[in-house]
Amino acid sequence: MQDAARLMQLVVNGAAAGCIYGLIALGFVLIYKATEMINFAQGDIMMLGGFFAFSLIAHWGLNYWIGAALAVALTAAFGYVLDALVLRRVIGQPQFAVVMLTLGLGFIFRAVAGITWGYDSVGFETPFTNKTVRVGGLVLGQDNLSIIVGTVLLCLVLYLFFSKTRLGVAMQASSQNQLAAYYMGIPVRRVFSLIWAISAGVAAVAGILLSPVSMIDVNMGFLGIKAFAAAVIGGFGSIPGALVGGVIVGVVEQLAGYFLPAGFQEVSANVVLLAMLILRPQGLFAERMGKRV
Amino acid sequence: MRYVFRTDYRQDIRLWRHRGDLFWYALLFVALLLIPQLMGEFYVGELGAVFIFAIAGVGLMLLVGYTGLISLGHAAFLGIGAYTNAILLKQGVLFALSLPTAGLFTALFGVAIGIPTLRMSGLYLAIATLAFGSIVGTVLQKWDKVTGGFDGFAVPTPTLFGIPLDSANGIYYVSLAVLLFVLWLSANLLRTPFGRAMVAIRDSEVSAQSMGIHLARYKTYAFAISAFITGLAGALFAHYVRFLAPDSFDVLLSVQLVTIVFVGGLGSLHGAILGAIFVRLLPQAIAIMRDDLPFGIGRMPGLEPSLFGLVLVLVILFEPGGIYGRWLKIKHWFQAYPLKRRTGFRRQKSYARSERLR
Repeated sequence: MQDAARLMQLVVNGAAAGCIYGLIALGFVLIYKATEMINFAQGDIMMLGGFFAFSLIAHWGLNYWIGAALAVALTAAFGYVLDALVLRRVIGQPQFAVVMLTLGLGFIFRAVAGITWGYDSVGFETPFTNKTVRVGGLVLGQDNLSIIVGTVLLCLVLYLFFSKTRLGVAMQASSQNQLAAYYMGIPVRRVFSLIWAISAGVAAVAGILLSPVSMIDVNMGFLGIKAFAAAVIGGFGSIPGALVGGVIVGVVEQLAGYFLPAGFQEVSANVVLLAMLILRPQGLFAERMGKRV
Repeated sequence: MRYVFRTDYRQDIRLWRHRGDLFWYALLFVALLLIPQLMGEFYVGELGAVFIFAIAGVGLMLLVGYTGLISLGHAAFLGIGAYTNAILLKQGVLFALSLPTAGLFTALFGVAIGIPTLRMSGLYLAIATLAFGSIVGTVLQKWDKVTGGFDGFAVPTPTLFGIPLDSANGIYYVSLAVLLFVLWLSANLLRTPFGRAMVAIRDSEVSAQSMGIHLARYKTYAFAISAFITGLAGALFAHYVRFLAPDSFDVLLSVQLVTIVFVGGLGSLHGAILGAIFVRLLPQAIAIMRDDLPFGIGRMPGLEPSLFGLVLVLVILFEPGGIYGRWLKIKHWFQAYPLKRRTGFRRQKSYARSERLR
């Protein structure tokens, strides 16, 4: 019984961490689906979102919910501007130019955040900090639960947005076929920038949800590397896949830390990623596509 | 302006375009041989480091610049080369033997990572190599029986033909020799059918395949050669740092190596060397100007990676040809003066090329 409870605890913790990976991966997937770019700075945008929330809530003393909403909006605006000013210019260059560009941007964000907020870890008071819920013998942290609930809610909102609203459908159209979307009168460039905005906003939500569990610091962007594993497991083009992949990575990581010797926890996400790329590169949720030359 | 009128194929693939080229390169070579006699130990050591990074840059250039495969895990190859060489030396193996062994051993890893990643397109490859690099970094940390773990270990002093290479000069000359060997190897490789195949794969996989190029085989070879050269650089790097610690082979180093290739100029061996000079000189320049910069910018932690990031962003946005590309433009401007045409180097109008299959 003790073991089973311990195991459940690990799984819940893993799922919570996995939701964060999933949210970052969601950002990758949204951008990849639309523009075939991979944003290596996604983790750093999450870090910026976390710091925005820190400034608004801890410094300016805003209410948690208002501060969080403002931080998400700010980060989204930042994503829009980033695409409009920088990334739009490299359309048509080889893909690895984009990889290097976003990597470079990530380093710049990290330095700017370091100058602005310092290199120490910071945190702010949330309604979920240090509270627990007992669910039949299990002691669960509210912070972990808030991550899981928040992720599910966010996905529901995104799902409704993409399937029900005009803009969401326009976004789907532009990511399926840019030229056709353009002919239908969709302002493709602006739609792409909006997708960057959504993706940055999702990253900010991840940063804010993560803050009660682990502190915000300049290097939290490195979580983005683990989120790649999540995106790849999900098939890099599938939104539910990214979340499922994230949860898988999170749980595997927790279990590896518990059952395997030290060191395996750090590499488990990367090992899962490489194994997935070797065995099933199209991911668990691949859309079937035929090749036409 | 000298215009070389080519009359046969042998002339077209010659390593020197004309005698003037040969003269200038020979002059440069003599100057490089004399430098240790004229300059202080510190500068010789730094120049040796430039050579080592240039070797790694050439290795990565063959992969990124000529085959079009991106790798964000080359620090791992550098690390494998460094540790292999140092551990062999500790076992008492001769340096003349341990250096090539380190290269070959690293090449094995190149094949090992190359084979599974062959089916991947550019982006997946970037992610896979990033993951590979971080796995190797963790292994170097945790496998402390062999690597000494976090504490690392001191690298034994190598001896070559009975002469101990304990000064900066020794490493300088060995690095120079290896760099020349690697450049000779790559330049020759690039004018063989093998090199042409690599370039063809870079330009279009579909058309390369339809011309009968075995994609998987050539990509694996490219990975192996690139890893071999980077492993050699790693072996020398071990002697440059003299004390191996796993945290020197992290993602940041991989990004530095790719910066060499991008800033120097994709698709040219000159670029690899120019990029290495840039990447090694930037930290030195920061160190010199540290106290003179306004607002204490110079003492800011994390300045170096952010400057690398900034330079990378600016180069990709404004000069995709890198330093060598800019040099070609400047040379063209002088050669064609006053007839330089604005359109000479204009990039074609480009559209997003899809790698998706549909």
